Amino acid sequence: MSAILARLGRAVLEQLIRTGRATLFFFSLLGALSFMIRRPGLLVKQLYAVGVLSLPIILVSGLFVGMVLGLQGYANLVDFGATSSLGTVVALSLIRELGPVLTALLYAGRAGSALTAEIGLMKATEQLASMRMMAVDPFQRVLAPRFLAGCIAVPLLAGIFTAVGILGGYLVAVEQLGVDSGAFWSQMQAKVQLYADVINGVVIKSVVFGVVANWIALFEGYEAQPTSEGVSLATTRTVVYTALAVLALDFLLTALMFGAW
Amino acid sequence: MVQKNLELAVGAFVALGIAAFFMLALQVSDLTSLGDERGYQVTARFENIGGLRVRAPVTMGGVRIGRVVGIDLDPQTYEAVVTLSLDPRFDQIPTDSSASILTSGLLGEQYIGLEPGGMDSYLTEGSTLRLTQSALVLEKLIGRMLTNAPGD
Repeated sequence: MSAILARLGRAVLEQLIRTGRATLFFFSLLGALSFMIRRPGLLVKQLYAVGVLSLPIILVSGLFVGMVLGLQGYANLVDFGATSSLGTVVALSLIRELGPVLTALLYAGRAGSALTAEIGLMKATEQLASMRMMAVDPFQRVLAPRFLAGCIAVPLLAGIFTAVGILGGYLVAVEQLGVDSGAFWSQMQAKVQLYADVINGVVIKSVVFGVVANWIALFEGYEAQPTSEGVSLATTRTVVYTALAVLALDFLLTALMFGAW
Repeated sequence: MVQKNLELAVGAFVALGIAAFFMLALQVSDLTSLGDERGYQVTARFENIGGLRVRAPVTMGGVRIGRVVGIDLDPQTYEAVVTLSLDPRFDQIPTDSSASILTSGLLGEQYIGLEPGGMDSYLTEGSTLRLTQSALVLEKLIGRMLTNAPGD
């Protein structure tokens, strides 16, 4: 009996320790960010790795998600003769929820896992330790550029995803199903508000998701067991934890922004 | 050279992201209306335009021949002044045509339907449609029905 209790206690304590380490890790990252002003070249390279290379998957997924929204919205609205509100439906679902959330999930799979594997392998091959030996701070040199680049890339990707998604919805609705293009845009413009929807939805949500996704990815890499199993486990964890964190945070943010209470 | 290509790709990525936000702000949200309509403009005065919006279609016989490009209120007569931009292909619309505000479907958006008149003169840039019919406001209709209900 006491053995079970002890195991339970140890598990709880370990989780708490991990949470504490993650928080300290986050503050070390923030502290190292000022180094980026002196070495912006490091940032450009990481922006390419996490941003530019994520573009194809974001563009293609955004287009298809928008097209599906257009089709589904049309199939349901046509019964009420309200297909002119299709633009509103597509734009609001993309701007408020799907754009930032799906971008963050795709980013975790495409870039977050790569970040974890890279940092984890750097640790396993003792590159981080040798940097410290040479009095180079790996936080400044390795982690901060990746973190900042990710935090810049996610909102941009979310904006691109949303815009492409709306274009996809437009293609299906107007070109394919014959919804009036003026009604599509004018109803959308009448209902979508710049501050309440675009700023709250795409901008604030994606900034929060970007910070969280990159924080988890880098922390898992940094804390990975320096073995091949450890790195593979850390990569899996990054994707799982990011997905859970993003979805849970999305509920919180939606309740704060659009909730009735 | 490699560094240059990298910077170019990142620059293009950032520009694309900013362009996407501009599109969201300008094209999707309520900030603007990009006037892309080429055509001649006529005005129509309505007592009540209901839920008509700028960029709503203008139709004749069910076919779209133009768009609403402006809605304003005449401060003297308290009438709504709606500016329509009509496709120059349809330049033989009689001046005594009537404009009415209609609704597509039960919950659909409102649009303007034109009924051709019989005059020999045609609408041109700046003409005014004299015969108009206001939007049907559901509340008023129900109110009238209740007050006119046969004696109880």
